[in-house]
Amino acid sequence: MAKNISFTIKYWKQNGPKDAGHFESREMHNIPDDTSFLEMLDILNEELIEEGKEPFVFDHDCREGICGMCSLYINGTPHGKTETGATTCQLYMRRFNDGDVITVEPWRSAAFPVIKDCMVDRSAFDKIQAAGGYVTVRTGAPQDANAILIPKQDADEAMDCATCIGCGACVAACKNGSAMLFVSSKVSQFALLPQGRPEAAKRAKAMVAKMDELGFGNCTNTRACEAVCPKNESIANIARLNREFIKAKLAD
Amino acid sequence: MIDSKIPEGPISQKWTNYKAHQKLVNPANKRKLDIIVVGTGLAGASAAASLGEMGFHVLNFCIQDSPRRAHSIAAQGGINAAKNYQNDGDSIYRLFYDTVKGGDYRAREANVYRLAEVSANIIDQCVAQGVPFAREYGGLLANRSFGGVQVSRTFYAKGQTGQQLLLGAYSALMCQVNAGTVKLYCRYEMQDVVIIDGRARGIIARNLVNGKLERFAAHAVVLATGGYGNTYFLSTNAMGCNCSAAIAAYRKGAYFANPAYVQIHPTCIPVHGDKQSKLTLMSESLRNDGRIWVPKKLEDAKKLQNGEIKGSDIPEEDRDYYLERRYPAFGNLVPRDVASRAAKERCDAGFGVNNTGLAVFLDFSEAINRLGIDQVLQRYGNLFDMYEEITDVNPGELAKEVDGVKYYNPMMIYPAIHYTMGGLWVDYELSTNIPGLFAIGECNFSDHGANRLGASALMQGLADGYFVLPYTIQNYLSDQITVPRFSTDLPEFEQTEKAVNDRIAHLMGIKGKKSVDSIHKELGHVMWEYVGMARTKESLETALKRLKEIRKEFETNLFIPELNGVNIELDKALRLNDFITMGQLIAIDALHREESCGGHFREEHQTEEGEAARDDKNCFYVSCWEFQGDDKDPVKYTEPLKYEAIEVKTRNYKS
Repeated sequence: MAKNISFTIKYWKQNGPKDAGHFESREMHNIPDDTSFLEMLDILNEELIEEGKEPFVFDHDCREGICGMCSLYINGTPHGKTETGATTCQLYMRRFNDGDVITVEPWRSAAFPVIKDCMVDRSAFDKIQAAGGYVTVRTGAPQDANAILIPKQDADEAMDCATCIGCGACVAACKNGSAMLFVSSKVSQFALLPQGRPEAAKRAKAMVAKMDELGFGNCTNTRACEAVCPKNESIANIARLNREFIKAKLAD
Repeated sequence: MIDSKIPEGPISQKWTNYKAHQKLVNPANKRKLDIIVVGTGLAGASAAASLGEMGFHVLNFCIQDSPRRAHSIAAQGGINAAKNYQNDGDSIYRLFYDTVKGGDYRAREANVYRLAEVSANIIDQCVAQGVPFAREYGGLLANRSFGGVQVSRTFYAKGQTGQQLLLGAYSALMCQVNAGTVKLYCRYEMQDVVIIDGRARGIIARNLVNGKLERFAAHAVVLATGGYGNTYFLSTNAMGCNCSAAIAAYRKGAYFANPAYVQIHPTCIPVHGDKQSKLTLMSESLRNDGRIWVPKKLEDAKKLQNGEIKGSDIPEEDRDYYLERRYPAFGNLVPRDVASRAAKERCDAGFGVNNTGLAVFLDFSEAINRLGIDQVLQRYGNLFDMYEEITDVNPGELAKEVDGVKYYNPMMIYPAIHYTMGGLWVDYELSTNIPGLFAIGECNFSDHGANRLGASALMQGLADGYFVLPYTIQNYLSDQITVPRFSTDLPEFEQTEKAVNDRIAHLMGIKGKKSVDSIHKELGHVMWEYVGMARTKESLETALKRLKEIRKEFETNLFIPELNGVNIELDKALRLNDFITMGQLIAIDALHREESCGGHFREEHQTEEGEAARDDKNCFYVSCWEFQGDDKDPVKYTEPLKYEAIEVKTRNYKS
């Protein structure tokens, strides 16, 4: 049975990328603990609107942990702490206690400028993807799907890499603001599949070059990204990316 | 009056004949033609990518921060294709037949046949793109089964098939963005379509970051903006899903077809409270191994509702596996509409299993005993995790063992609004009745009849986007090659933009007391109560009356804060304005359709056993609604259905 909790929420307000931003604070009362974190913020916004105040802006959409839109930094952890690893929208209030102070901030990274409050611009990820995150294949009549045999183990491993939802938690968690976990997951998915091999070298180089150009930092193996990834992407992908990258450079 | 432009010839030859005789646009001319695609889900992204690759100049819009976030991403279970890789008797004809039958004989035959025909190409295309479908140990593609069919034709990527297919389409799209053929506009929302001399020639879109309206011109406009499930407030749709683009087209004269056909998905996590913002789907694939039941004894149900016992306390002999009992041939894998109504029937009879009495059990004990927990977790592990995160109950956890029989914690599920079969009316070419305005994916009405089978939405979205629209749109554009690019300074653009601006000013000026969400919740409540799973003449008339009151409340008591730039309340208010119109359209269509079919169930029209009773004599048509103004009822036209290949009969899932 659900119980109710009361707590203080400190949430980040920032009016555009150039504004300095500040925290605002509010007491929340009698919130059922089977409420999701975002539903709790809906309640906050309903209260603010009722008082004629500006609502708190944050990105969210599917609310079932798959679209990658939600992106809140909660009590110092991207997406907040859950046992299984989940997105902000899959976080429930039962993870908090009566009397807690809950701090909500945006992803903080030079490559993700704040648009408003906790809504940030992650279009840099699209640009990295556009640089080479695909297999170049025309719509039309490729060969029969079963003509390409792929061992189950390889397909499963590629699937694990492909699970990345592009939320950016890895960048937010990294002290260097590195996007290596994101980039390496995409590079790995294609590197593990025969369809992706012909362009593997070109892809690794192009995506890494674009990542560097967009102001993401370097990887120093602190593994902070892996710890917060809601889809449990592994830093083994980063090692694979480095191998692909070195192979490509040596071939130059 | 309604011309569906179905090509001549036997059903298996129609699409081949069409392609052989349609007009094409040569490569040099393609560069001179602009196409707007609104939406970046499976249909929108695949269409934009394919059109860009063919050489057209494409402008692609989405409301999210990236095209990869469109709600197609949330589809869990899989995608159907008539590959017959399992050697279980599948064929194009059988997929066609299953889809028409599953849709309760209310779909357009020729469109469905084409869908089944191109289904196999979709799998080839996606595999070539590097979509990591599940595989067998020998390296071949794996399949599973879905509701309403007796073959295994569903391809899947764990419980994240929609995500992987969308990422495939997104990668193809980004490849074209890189090549410069597609220009992306993220965080833009279409507000209206611009019509010049009777043809769709552009859109007015609102930049959701700075709040400004912008004009975009093109030779054709393609809407791939999804369905209208969020009319009900609580649904499995994403928070941002809305029907405003479709309603804008409807207000401009495009017919809205079969709005009453709304799919209620049987396996969603039950509602827990009035602060809830959305309902979470548990994939239909769970019904492959999960068994649905409620207690046989009413006193057991009472104890469950009072929290005195748990599901695992009820022994095997006291469980009523009501789907297996009522539908022996299909059992737990009956189509969604049938499974949803059966759950409602049991709960209405008092057998619901949670504190609200509105839930049934989905139990994996038998599967875990048969297959072992490891194999069950491999199939459904991520869904079990998701369920546990939300409800704090782990369906893979052993609850008790009695005389060697192991009982696991069952899931609790209940039906919820999920998908809308109705949508903008389109002909065989996926064109609306406004020349130059096309609708693809869930946004149109054409392929699923009155009920969609599981794993067919992904199939239709990608079929439309990769393999149908890129052909048919050329037939339209072939005589547009001499039409120069349009200036957005034309008076039609100015007038349309002004109308949008006036509407925004009106909403901002109301300065009432109620938030958008509070009015939307009222709308959702009325829709679910009176236009939901079981409808009557009386309930629908009540709904229409209540909707008028909600419209009045919206127009006179809405509050939107004054803000420059990002204004999430205004975004939502503009959408709610159209959801109210949509709600009225659903209720009116449901009132006019004097029969029960698929997702549309009228209590007046049922058999003695409580099954849906169609009226093929009087209702064998597509209803097409034409807008007449906000304060007038729309006018209904009908497109009679003509079945040449399939004999229309009563759906039977019992034997």
